[in-house]
Amino acid sequence: MKEINVTLKVWRQDGPNAAGHFDTIPAPGIKDEMSFLEMLDLVNERLIADGKDAIVFDHDCREGICGTCSLMIDGQAHGPQKGTATCQLHMRKFADGDEIVIEPWRATAFPIVKDLMVDRAAFDRIIEAGGFITAETGGAPDANITPIPKTVADAAMDAAACIGCGACVAACPNSAAQLFTSAKVSHLNLLPQGQAERYKRVEAMVDTMEELFGSCTNHGECEEACPKSISIDFIALMNSEYLKSKFKNRKRLSQHD
Amino acid sequence: MATTTVARGPAKPGARAKRKAPFPVEFYRSALGKKYVMAITGIMLIGFVIAHMVGNLKMYLGPEEFNHYGEFLRELLVPILPRTVALWLLRIGLIAAFVLHIHAAYSLTRINHAARTVKYQSKRDYIAANWASRTMRYTGVIFGIFLVWHLFDLTFTGTNYHYVRGMPYENVANSLSRVPVALLYIVGNLALGVHLFHGTWSLFQSLGWSNPRFNAWRRNIAVAIAAIVVIGNVSFPIAVLAGAVHT
Repeated sequence: MKEINVTLKVWRQDGPNAAGHFDTIPAPGIKDEMSFLEMLDLVNERLIADGKDAIVFDHDCREGICGTCSLMIDGQAHGPQKGTATCQLHMRKFADGDEIVIEPWRATAFPIVKDLMVDRAAFDRIIEAGGFITAETGGAPDANITPIPKTVADAAMDAAACIGCGACVAACPNSAAQLFTSAKVSHLNLLPQGQAERYKRVEAMVDTMEELFGSCTNHGECEEACPKSISIDFIALMNSEYLKSKFKNRKRLSQHD
Repeated sequence: MATTTVARGPAKPGARAKRKAPFPVEFYRSALGKKYVMAITGIMLIGFVIAHMVGNLKMYLGPEEFNHYGEFLRELLVPILPRTVALWLLRIGLIAAFVLHIHAAYSLTRINHAARTVKYQSKRDYIAANWASRTMRYTGVIFGIFLVWHLFDLTFTGTNYHYVRGMPYENVANSLSRVPVALLYIVGNLALGVHLFHGTWSLFQSLGWSNPRFNAWRRNIAVAIAAIVVIGNVSFPIAVLAGAVHT
């Protein structure tokens, strides 16, 4: 085990409408086995002991499955390690004497609550629009009672790995939520249980997404930032589902003008 | 327990129900539909620049061949249609593609700016986004300005050289023998090449054309198209300056 001394340059902002600024906070004596969030905990304990305000940041499960932690670390969403959330990033990734810049996610749809904490309720709006099924699934079913090809199940599972952390929006130069929305659309649209709302879902979710977020220009930055490494192939799938939905116009079938 | 209320409000201030419109109009209203339009018009424009470049290679066969090719374009489908009608139909399609491509780009750019009103205050470290993908709107605008110049230079009026309508070979040789003009053509085409490098890859994604069968080839196709167009087009000013094409 090694101890390193780093300097944090942290975004501090009192509230959603307050002007923010960077605070430089020295963080000496950091064990390299600490996770990034444990390092922030230690820094906060020291700040509190000094009678100063602790740095506000989002965190919950600390094992990469809840999607609560965020942080733009040195210009990368969830920091410099691929395929992990901030809670899975360890201080051994940093060298002694490093200056680490920490910023909140930046997007109009993700207003800053305080310091590094942002409100990601915009994602809930997208889920409410269509991220559900109405099919009765009952209790735990017998294995293979609903035959699903292995490849389809795998693809749906890859999409379902999305933890809704918002790194895709944060990393996207356009603040687009395409990777999140496409993962949620694909996860349900690929499976038999999701077929009832297949077309309604993609239309409703995309339309809601477009009211809140930017548009995709296919940089591919989201896939790199995603702690679950969800592929931008799902964005292509969502695009094709959206065209089909708009073309089929199920919403208006059997209606007379 | 205190009850919390979630403010939901209208997503967009002043959002109102739009009248129903025919499918293409309805589709174009969504940002995703605009991306489809960008991709489809992009394919049309790529088709044009490739045909334009290939046609111009006739320059290397001499003035007779080249001017004859120019005349052939005006006489396209002549026994079926009157002279220049087929050419004008193609031009109208091209102009429509340009207008839609530019309008979609403009409105998507506005959406994207609104989606992040407060920028990152520290330096971003991009991993996948490359120089081409992040400069699309600039390379597009640079090429657009160059295109206006190009139309005036060789189609409408000529630019301060002895311009003769219907004599494209002589016009090209006279115009591009001026070094600054030749440089302008090179810069304009390099911008186009960078634009095509991302655009050609990107259109597959926008159109939802994703399949492991050809996904690995998308980048190669983009590189090939960008390279072919740039090499062909940049060769013309260089050939004129080198004296291979002259009056």
